[in-house]
Amino acid sequence: MKHRRLLVLAGVVGVIALIVSLSVAAAGSKRAAQPQVAATIGAPKVPNAAAIKKKYGGQKITFVGDSVGNGHVRDAALAKRFTHDTGIQVTVEPHSAASDQAYSQLARAFSEKSSSIDVAMIDVVWPGAFAPYLVNLKPKLGKQSKLHLASIVANDTINGKLVAMPWFGDYGILYYRKDLLKKYHYSAPPKTWADLFTMAKKIQTGERSSNPNFAGFVFQGNAYEGLTCNALEWIASAGGGHIIDNGKVTIDNAKARKILDAFRAQIGKVTPTGVTTYQEDQTEHAFDNGDAAFARNWPYQYGIGATAGSKVKGKFGVTVLPHGASGKPVGTVGGWQLAVSKFSKHPGAAIEFVRYMTSPPVEKFDAITNSNVPTIVSVAKNKAVVKANPYLKPAIASVSRVTRPAKFLGTHYNEASKVVYQGINQILTGSSSSQVLPQIKSKLQQILKSK
Amino acid sequence: MSSVATPAPVPRRGRRRRRTKLQRRQTRFAWLLLVPALAVVAFVAIYPLGRTVYQSFTDQEFLAGITPTKWVGLDNYHQLIHDTIFRDTVVLTIKFTAITVSIEFLLGLTIALVVNSHFKGRGIMRAIMLVPWAIPTVVAAKMWLWMLDDTYGVINDLFVRTHLISHNQSWIVQHPLVAVSAVDIWKTAPFVALLLLAGMQVIPNDLYEAASVDGANQLQQFWRITLPLLRPAILVALIFRTLDALRVFDVFQVFFGYRLGSQSMAVYNQSVITQDGHVGYGSAVSVAIFLIISLFVVIYVTVVRVSDE
Repeated sequence: MKHRRLLVLAGVVGVIALIVSLSVAAAGSKRAAQPQVAATIGAPKVPNAAAIKKKYGGQKITFVGDSVGNGHVRDAALAKRFTHDTGIQVTVEPHSAASDQAYSQLARAFSEKSSSIDVAMIDVVWPGAFAPYLVNLKPKLGKQSKLHLASIVANDTINGKLVAMPWFGDYGILYYRKDLLKKYHYSAPPKTWADLFTMAKKIQTGERSSNPNFAGFVFQGNAYEGLTCNALEWIASAGGGHIIDNGKVTIDNAKARKILDAFRAQIGKVTPTGVTTYQEDQTEHAFDNGDAAFARNWPYQYGIGATAGSKVKGKFGVTVLPHGASGKPVGTVGGWQLAVSKFSKHPGAAIEFVRYMTSPPVEKFDAITNSNVPTIVSVAKNKAVVKANPYLKPAIASVSRVTRPAKFLGTHYNEASKVVYQGINQILTGSSSSQVLPQIKSKLQQILKSK
Repeated sequence: MSSVATPAPVPRRGRRRRRTKLQRRQTRFAWLLLVPALAVVAFVAIYPLGRTVYQSFTDQEFLAGITPTKWVGLDNYHQLIHDTIFRDTVVLTIKFTAITVSIEFLLGLTIALVVNSHFKGRGIMRAIMLVPWAIPTVVAAKMWLWMLDDTYGVINDLFVRTHLISHNQSWIVQHPLVAVSAVDIWKTAPFVALLLLAGMQVIPNDLYEAASVDGANQLQQFWRITLPLLRPAILVALIFRTLDALRVFDVFQVFFGYRLGSQSMAVYNQSVITQDGHVGYGSAVSVAIFLIISLFVVIYVTVVRVSDE
């Protein structure tokens, strides 16, 4: 009798725990996948499907894909179409939303020679580190790679081997509320960071009376890879170099100190205090919920803000990021590539999947439904694509791009980036830059030396 | 390093008296029965531990094959002594352990006393009490992260409405230790309560009856009967919780990621290995953590032994 009661008790607890876990998980996925744009236009069909089906039909591959914004919805839609057309079963697994953690997931799989991953999306800064574990795509996809931007193809070519195919590009842009600019009598978005802070302050003060959650400016301030990208933009746009220039650590200079201290002074003033915990998704939520006047993010946010569910639909614009007093606007180069693991049991099928995913029709589909930057030149110039993605207009798209110092660091990039984002996060949460930057500098020099 | 010798089954001879033939045969048979268990322990515990210690003397990298492993002697440990980030993580983790274990113990004891008394719906109460503990930590941490959100979080909303705070706080940034301790206490106080409840249920009722007859009041019964007889259960609960709190990973990882000054020992260890790729140095960190936790085990075991005598 006693045992039975104990069992019932355990059962009840288990069921409640399961319900709570599932509802939390469901709430999470709902939040991430809110506007399902990808469903409105069908995924393009796979060319040459019959031949692929004959050769590889029935094989199973795993694709480690996107998790930010609507990325996973798009991946699932494309994989479903690919499976339908070719008979190759594709399992889509979203990677970690923080790219440095996605890196360690892949690194672990590669170091174990695991065949659990066939196709992976890899960040623009990783090809150097992962090259030994990736299939050379040149023999089969070399021709298709010529359609893509030459600079990205060069980035993905290591020792003459094409280890990854460009998938979509990225650069930081400024999102601003057109309606609020007008309301507070500003005729144009800010040109310099100082302008942005002044405008953000004024708008925030005005809006707070009706919305206590309103913030002037949001960006990615959490201690993770995204902060390295943000900080590089601030420093480079103020003429403070690119963290490492020509193999020398340059991050500790007067201009960098000045701009970083200027940002620190704004935390909790025109930004929420919690901005130092924000990643892309939190930035997008705040802006698309109508709770921010300005936001720095990648282009993917445009598509989410422009869909029906968004509170800022039709009310916002995009432009180049502001610059420091003595600099010019820049945008950090981001972007994702698709690579095939050397330990894949079905490299043939995996390569066909990459061929499909990086083809012009798919990039066009992704650009229109998901507002990602096409890496194929002809797609980026396509009228329908530019109409859906105003940041592709030459005035914004031709902004000078800055790259993270991956080429000087090779396999040590992740470690070095951690030093940078941890240090910058420390500055944002209160430490002075004259104290932190020398520490970053000496750690980076150590890493460069040990290489 | 692929095979580790299991301790040879040497039967301990009687200190003075010689054992009979039968005794010796039985001892041998007992060892034979123990071999599979010992082999499993050697394989799952001693081998990985030995491997970690060995790696801590090398410069092994995560993406092996790019740089071959070299023996570097005590270099990693030398570096570890001067590693201020690691020192900060140790201090933070011990602070976290002290705060959470003491509050969990007091809270757990209170809950156990309540659900040990007779009242209607006691069964349901016991089930509800266990729910936080049954939720996976990562899920619980995510849930709390949303509740603690600086803009949209329910906790800020509640506190502002009840005028406990004047404006929204960013708990993760401004009160990291409070935030992370709250989650841990919420989640594991029920576990402490469960262990203490089990201890209370084996205390014979006659003792309380006798005490009542002798005129002892409830408080006296608690101090003179419950608490002394509960001591073994208390020690078990404290040991479990202390060791668990010292190796905390999930809540810290979900809440702070790799934020400097907010990393637990385990988070730092993981970041050294998978982010920086330094398996050798990371192993030295692991060994250091192992030693720190062992220190606590030794302290507890000594306390138990001393109080038993």
